[in-house]
Amino acid sequence: MNPRNAKFISREGEINLAVQSKYSRKDIGWRLFLKTIIARAYPRLIGQQREVSWLVFDVVMPMLGVIAYVLVYRALNAPEEYIGFVVMGGAMTAFWMNVLWSMSSQLYWEKEQGNLALYIMAPNSMMAILLGMALGGMLATAMRAVAVTLLGSFMFGVTYEVTSYLQLLSVFMLAMVALYGLGMMMASAFLLFGREAWHMANLAQDPLFLASGFYFPIKTLPFCVAAGASIIPLTLGMDAMRQLVFPSGFKFGFLNVQLEILLLAILSVVFVATAKVLLAYVEKIAVREGRITESRR
Amino acid sequence: MQTSTSWRSFRMAAWLGWLIESNWTDPFLFAIYSIVKPLSGAAILVIMYGIISGGNFNTPLFPYIYLGNAFYIYVGAVMTGVSWAVVDDREHYKTLKYMYIAPIYIPVYLLGRGVARFITGSIAVFITIVAGVLFLKVPLKLAEINWGLFLVTLILGVVMLALLGLLLAGVTLTVARHEGFIGEATAGALYIFSGAVFPLDVLPEWLRPIGYFMPTTYWLELLRRSLVGNVAQAFPTLSNFTNMEILGIMLGLSIFFGVISVQVFRYCDAIARERGLIDHTTNY
Repeated sequence: MNPRNAKFISREGEINLAVQSKYSRKDIGWRLFLKTIIARAYPRLIGQQREVSWLVFDVVMPMLGVIAYVLVYRALNAPEEYIGFVVMGGAMTAFWMNVLWSMSSQLYWEKEQGNLALYIMAPNSMMAILLGMALGGMLATAMRAVAVTLLGSFMFGVTYEVTSYLQLLSVFMLAMVALYGLGMMMASAFLLFGREAWHMANLAQDPLFLASGFYFPIKTLPFCVAAGASIIPLTLGMDAMRQLVFPSGFKFGFLNVQLEILLLAILSVVFVATAKVLLAYVEKIAVREGRITESRR
Repeated sequence: MQTSTSWRSFRMAAWLGWLIESNWTDPFLFAIYSIVKPLSGAAILVIMYGIISGGNFNTPLFPYIYLGNAFYIYVGAVMTGVSWAVVDDREHYKTLKYMYIAPIYIPVYLLGRGVARFITGSIAVFITIVAGVLFLKVPLKLAEINWGLFLVTLILGVVMLALLGLLLAGVTLTVARHEGFIGEATAGALYIFSGAVFPLDVLPEWLRPIGYFMPTTYWLELLRRSLVGNVAQAFPTLSNFTNMEILGIMLGLSIFFGVISVQVFRYCDAIARERGLIDHTTNY
């Protein structure tokens, strides 16, 4: 046996050993589901933090909007509460942008880059992949939202007075679950899009900032418009949070906080359940029509 | 550079840009897409204004905000329309290298690519202003508009924005990451420093000089003055200047930024060629 072969066999031996030991264990069922969630969340949470420049852009871009709208209110001599509303709205835009561009459009990007077929071929649940994307995106975006809130509060001297931490936490968590559930639902729909995906995500940006009252209290819109906009979890979430963190926030509330918590809980269940059904359905259509590997540039 | 080459580059780029921008859907959806986004932006400001003023749209501040915001659509559309062509061709369609070896003049090609967004931007500006006049009492009367000043300012401003777009396109050529953000960040910053939706006096004093150095500040002021006359002059920022003085300042700054833009583009273009960045795709 020449030394080259020996080396090869030795390497092969190592591989065999590896296969026989820890790598040979196959995770199935809930363990595979959980591991898939963590694996998909990992690049969102850790990978994004490695790219510090992303953080700069993710904070600077919403801050430009926040500064502009705060200065508009200043030019109008608006009461100080409105400055706080804008800062909170600006922070929450990070979540909507994340859901739009990194949840809804994600499967479309994956298709463009050729990863989607690999996701579907792998023996894991697509639902777990979406949940992982949501979990990672939510945590990573929360850091950006906190940065925008701190920066905006510091720049414009916004003060907060929380009336109930428990309710505030409930509202925020439920709003996030419902919002990312909506994102998972939209991801399924976006799977069917070609070039339209980019435009659709772009189209859903500004109208939502308007309808959900990112920069003003939603109560000022006609009731039917505000009620319709409440299908977007951030509408109710922001309205409730404004009532809970600003001393006179309740004056600007659309519905009472308890009702908003209940509605957010319902939206959470409905969106996540619908996402599961829709994903299975749309995946079937996409496979049947050959859209999984299609890349219509 | 031959004139025919430049014209052909511009014409074909404009047509290509239009097809890319518009042929992803049917005309109806495209029309909605082109209009909804800018109208939503305007509506946010209208609601903010309406809440605080108690629905009194007859103050000079309202047309100031409304018209400034409406014409600012051009800034995003034209400037990023030109610079985005680099991202689109290099990263998305992977055709920028072919454009470079084709018998066209690249800066003119990029300027041509901005035409499509100029057209859709113009439609959005027009609809926004018409909606303001019809539903929000923006005091704009056709007979009282200073058409000469308006057209000269508009054309000069669009050329200035296209040249600024060329500057951004040059920077985009040399940047592997975040190229998509460059245009948006610049447009966002100019929104604050140009007094688009609030008079510059609202800015902290130490930041105002940045606004005075931006040609977009004078461009928006002249557009407002040409459309609503004395209403636009109610704010102290540029009230000491006559229309001609502002036009002169704007022309001077436009030439200054135009020369800088062309030089920056040439420099960045040379760097991009030297470092092999013309066909550099990152999937970033």
